[in-house]
Amino acid sequence: MDKILIDSLSLQYADGTESLRNVSLAIPEKAITVLFGPAGGGKSTLLRCLNRLNDLTEVRASSGKVLIDGENVLDPKTDVIALRRKVGMVFARPVVLPMSIRGNLTYGLELAGETRRSRLDEAVERSLRLAAIWDEVKDRLDEPAIALSGGQQQRVCLARVLALQPEIVLLDEPTSGLDPISTGKVEAALQELKKDYTIILVPHSVQQAGRTADHAAFFLQGELVEFQPGHGIFTNPRDKRTEDYVTGRFG
Amino acid sequence: MQKPLHWREIIITRLIQASGYSAILFVAAIFLFLMREGLPALGEVKFSDLLAVRWYPIEAYFGILPLITGSLIITIGAMLIAFPLGIATAVYISEIAPRWVREILKPLVELLAGLPSVMLGFLGILVVSPFLRTALDLPTGLSAFAGSLLLGGIAVPTIVSIAEDALDAVPRSYREGAWALGATKWQTIWRVTLPAARSGVLTAIMLGIGRAIGETMAVMMVTGNAPVLAITPGSLFAPARTMTATIAAEMGEVASGSTHYHVLFFIGIVLFMISLAVNIAASSVVFRAKKRAERILS
Ligand SMILES: Nc1ncnc2c1ncn2[C@@H]1O[C@H](COP(=O)(O)OP(=O)(O)OP(=O)(O)O)[C@@H](O)[C@H]1O
Ligand SMILES: [Mg+2]
Repeated sequence: MDKILIDSLSLQYADGTESLRNVSLAIPEKAITVLFGPAGGGKSTLLRCLNRLNDLTEVRASSGKVLIDGENVLDPKTDVIALRRKVGMVFARPVVLPMSIRGNLTYGLELAGETRRSRLDEAVERSLRLAAIWDEVKDRLDEPAIALSGGQQQRVCLARVLALQPEIVLLDEPTSGLDPISTGKVEAALQELKKDYTIILVPHSVQQAGRTADHAAFFLQGELVEFQPGHGIFTNPRDKRTEDYVTGRFG
Repeated sequence: MQKPLHWREIIITRLIQASGYSAILFVAAIFLFLMREGLPALGEVKFSDLLAVRWYPIEAYFGILPLITGSLIITIGAMLIAFPLGIATAVYISEIAPRWVREILKPLVELLAGLPSVMLGFLGILVVSPFLRTALDLPTGLSAFAGSLLLGGIAVPTIVSIAEDALDAVPRSYREGAWALGATKWQTIWRVTLPAARSGVLTAIMLGIGRAIGETMAVMMVTGNAPVLAITPGSLFAPARTMTATIAAEMGEVASGSTHYHVLFFIGIVLFMISLAVNIAASSVVFRAKKRAERILS
């Protein structure tokens, strides 16, 4: 089943950069879909369309549709706040908020109006376990989150997103600043998560793309060059440009 | 091999060092001078008389309490006006205003911060106090409240300018992190951006207080200058007199070396102590916040 249908999406920033050109893509549910390609390809821009984070940047023109569960989320009438709870996002650099670890975890829920202490505690433990960091922080939940290591912070950010029980999780180069061990932990957590969530991952390397992808899409300068379900794109690319990139002959 | 002598380096280092030390030297000299001229007051007037409620130097009543309370009530009033207004304006400029509005407002605020306070004093005498008199039905508009309004107005640009810089320095990623969790713009400002800019915002507030306590001309022009004890809420709407205004008004006509002269310097010492306390409080708060941030970031 396809969770997200992107239909001829184009986007141009205020300075005239054409960051997405007529992109159409169907993203299957409960799997990891990887968007990869060289810098400036429009991967981040695409992710930021899915949760409407681009509303807050200066966009000159955009067209096309993004259907999530059949509803066009680019419609001006969409409840953006509700959308962002349903479509969580983890950024390249971990951005823990200036509060305690627990505070980071419960912030989104409190915004959503949850006040029952027992529910909050439950959500904190559940999501920290899902993000594979519960054991490391369970004794220091009330310490400032910024005191954690970068790898721990990134998993707290993932947990923070999971606490809201989203249906879709977007991850934009979530391990670009992490060491191999932390990276391994995050990737392992993602493999668990895909059983229940639709995951879209922008990896920080082709190797990571290959390791994690159930399906993969290759982006080049705002254009979707190739999408293949499964691992085909790495073993049997159809487009010459994709082949050059995955075999490292790009340039 | 001999180490080459970098004469230029040495001279420049020494010059910078000298300017650093001279700053310390000036503060020390001012302090010593204040002490030399002000401390004799304690020998000439009984301490209990200094803390009396009557200031009438011609008949040797040297109670400075009305002046201290006058300064305090006007400053506190000014801060109650300037904090919310200053922080709200900073938030508006940095977080809410569209870009073209920001580009007009920022330099405008900076311009206001540099406006000589005498000009605001004019405004106070000609506009604010007559307005207060009729609006609040007071016997005279020259009151502590008029002083607070003006001082508040003087402190606002300082607070806005510094707080806005602090808010602006909060990384965009913090805000996006909160937005992505479903926070509204306002929730993000209140729970994420302002706390993250806390130490800069506190500095802004403290510098605002500093500016208000030290201000002389504008308050002298609009407060009515009556040295009455200001401890009831009603005092806010009665004439008052500040420490700075007293020194400015009386220093010129006092005989050097007289008791009155020494007491005026003693007021100077009190003022010095108060601003010192505010500064120490400010820097310890900021320093603590910084140290924590440094520990965490390293
Ligand atoms: N806020 C913005 N304003 C103007 N142009 C932007 C903005 N954000 C991105 N762009 C431009 O849009 C294009 C696509 O950027 P995007 O960040 O989506 O690429 P990306 O594929 O995520 O690249 P990377 O791998 O470097 O993260 C780039 O040319 C970039 O310069
Ligand atoms: Mg990117």
